[in-house]
Amino acid sequence: MDSVTPDLIAAAGTRLSLVDCDIHPKLAAPEDLRPFLSRRWWEHLTTIGPRQRHGFHKGVPYPKAQPLACRRDAWPPGGGPPGSDVPFIREQLLDLYGIDFAVMNPLAPTGQGDTNAAFSAAMASANNDWQVEAMVAAEPRLRASVVVPYEDGPAAAAEIRRRAGDRRFAHVLMLSRTAEPMGQRRYWPVFEAACEAGLPLGIHVFGYSGWPMTNGGFPSFYLEEGVEHAASTQALVASLIFEGVFARFPTLRILLIEAGFAWIPALAWRLDRIWEKARHGELQDVREPPSAILKRHFWVSTQPVEEPPAFADLETTLDWIGWDRVLFASDYPHWDFDDPRQAIPRRLGEARRRMILSGNGRAFYGI
Amino acid sequence: MTLRVDCDVHPAVPSIAALRPHLDPFWAAHLAERGFDGLESMLFPPSAPTSARADFRDAGGRPPSDAAAVGASVFGRHGVDRAILNPTFPVTMLFNEDMAVALARALNDWIRAEWLDRDPRLRAAIVVPLQSVEAAVAEIERLAADPRFVQVLVPAMMPEPPGQRRWWPIWRACARHRLPLAIHAGSAYRQPPTSIGWPGHLAEEEAAQSQAFQSALASLVTEGVFGAVPDLTVVLVESGVTWLPAFLWRIDKFWRALRPEVPWVDRPPSAIVRERVRLTAQPFDAPDDPATVARILSMVDAPHALLFASDHPHWRFDGDDPVPPGFPADLVRRMLTDNPLSTYPRLREAAAWTA
Repeated sequence: MDSVTPDLIAAAGTRLSLVDCDIHPKLAAPEDLRPFLSRRWWEHLTTIGPRQRHGFHKGVPYPKAQPLACRRDAWPPGGGPPGSDVPFIREQLLDLYGIDFAVMNPLAPTGQGDTNAAFSAAMASANNDWQVEAMVAAEPRLRASVVVPYEDGPAAAAEIRRRAGDRRFAHVLMLSRTAEPMGQRRYWPVFEAACEAGLPLGIHVFGYSGWPMTNGGFPSFYLEEGVEHAASTQALVASLIFEGVFARFPTLRILLIEAGFAWIPALAWRLDRIWEKARHGELQDVREPPSAILKRHFWVSTQPVEEPPAFADLETTLDWIGWDRVLFASDYPHWDFDDPRQAIPRRLGEARRRMILSGNGRAFYGI
Repeated sequence: MTLRVDCDVHPAVPSIAALRPHLDPFWAAHLAERGFDGLESMLFPPSAPTSARADFRDAGGRPPSDAAAVGASVFGRHGVDRAILNPTFPVTMLFNEDMAVALARALNDWIRAEWLDRDPRLRAAIVVPLQSVEAAVAEIERLAADPRFVQVLVPAMMPEPPGQRRWWPIWRACARHRLPLAIHAGSAYRQPPTSIGWPGHLAEEEAAQSQAFQSALASLVTEGVFGAVPDLTVVLVESGVTWLPAFLWRIDKFWRALRPEVPWVDRPPSAIVRERVRLTAQPFDAPDDPATVARILSMVDAPHALLFASDHPHWRFDGDDPVPPGFPADLVRRMLTDNPLSTYPRLREAAAWTA
């Protein structure tokens, strides 16, 4: 088996422990959730099923590039879908790369964004129980996310309070495509509870808002869906800043996961330009430049790392964002998985690579 | 020829009454009977600060709506001697197809009579009713003989993404008549201004325009418009510009992985965009620091991509100079003359026509 490359080994000879802020665990089968659901919601799951803000009971609006959007080699030899088998995650990810802290972001079926609020809450809670009891208990290098039924603010806050103080949870998880722009008041109970619990908020791309994937209508292709997630995330950042979320919750820290990051500087400049002209009018409650708020409250994950043809453009972009703001994400076991040995280019320099692969994640999660 | 061109100037429609002489008799009477006396998009409320700079407003405090006032503000800056009018009058928002067709025709005829005929330095975009592809094509055909119409104007937030096949007859009509497709900030409002719902502020909707340009460009590229309509040039007007490099890096990367889904896209999207897409340079979302601006310009292929624009009367800059700080003189010259002339073939034709 391949081993961790020498440049990832600290000068003192101690191994550099990687922090991976985005891996996707998967239920081996829906039955995995059964112990954590009431009879009522188990029957709902297995009869009515999830009802997202789109029409597909089976299938999704934009079929993935690969089955379950996963690496072909990530299907466990013992059966089950990728991300469901702890020993195989250990072998294929944690041991192979020396990852000591991997944050799980479960995607489906988690109930997030479900149109049935009570089902959404039950599913989120069951997913949280499953993460700690089935996954973290078996492999302590894995950490859980507090999955929340974010369309129902008070229910989401209750779920966060239920998990507060449990160090097995690394962050609160929302998906980017909420039913309304994320800064709006209905979501504030999530931010309030996250701050109370001392947990950062991870916002992973995807979810179904019920609105077209672009503000110019429904696109045709999975390729467009992928590209569009950057635009959705730009809208949610603008909403959080202009709605005054950070004035109300000054300790809120947000990690944008799998949205890319090279667009951050242009968004900050654009928001600043708009704010300069509206700061005494519509935006009079926003007391400082949006770029300053963005820099203080937001972190970003790698995967996907933009690849400008001129390497210097990547370095310049990271200069603008701040090297301390970027956390490594492998996105295991998805098809667009990033190998930490190659995805964070050596040309960035050893100190900066170490920040992205380890140091920034340690600071962000307080480990 | 050393024309100097301002590629984005906005003529305000003062009222429906102003269009009445150009409406057919049924619509003139019918709209009057129903008390339909104005049509404004909520992106550009006339009294909002950004909709018109204070010193560009008319005596009534409204955005200027006559050729003389606009000409006095626009011509002279950097020696500009041609200006392209892009009416943001939002006929695309209407749900009644017949009403939209009638108002688009009236608008274009009003522009011709009240603007182009009054000042030979003015050029204009054709506004098309997107409620009907056939009607939009017919409107282009109706006006194409007049070389003072130099492009076709649609909002960045189309009713459906602009690359989709249903729109191709319009884009083919553009190419057939050497009319670039100008995509301008704005929406048909068939969906919210963000892809996660209705935002709480005009400021968010303004911010969301650059998201719309990204999605529109992704659609045009992935659907294969540039291959299917080889003579089509696309101009992104009032897009903010600086979002472009990161967008191209992202879509190139996704294309490399996902190109089996769109096998007709046989080159990296960035190469297609570089060849076929131009952008007006005001607003330009960047800090004032010239060193940062220089880095950004190097990322956007500025010498070829950018077109001079004042975005008059929108409040985008203060003082007299629409060119953002840090733009080198040689680039400004290209933006004023070379790039508009290579983008708009009709500028040369119209120059001969007016002579």
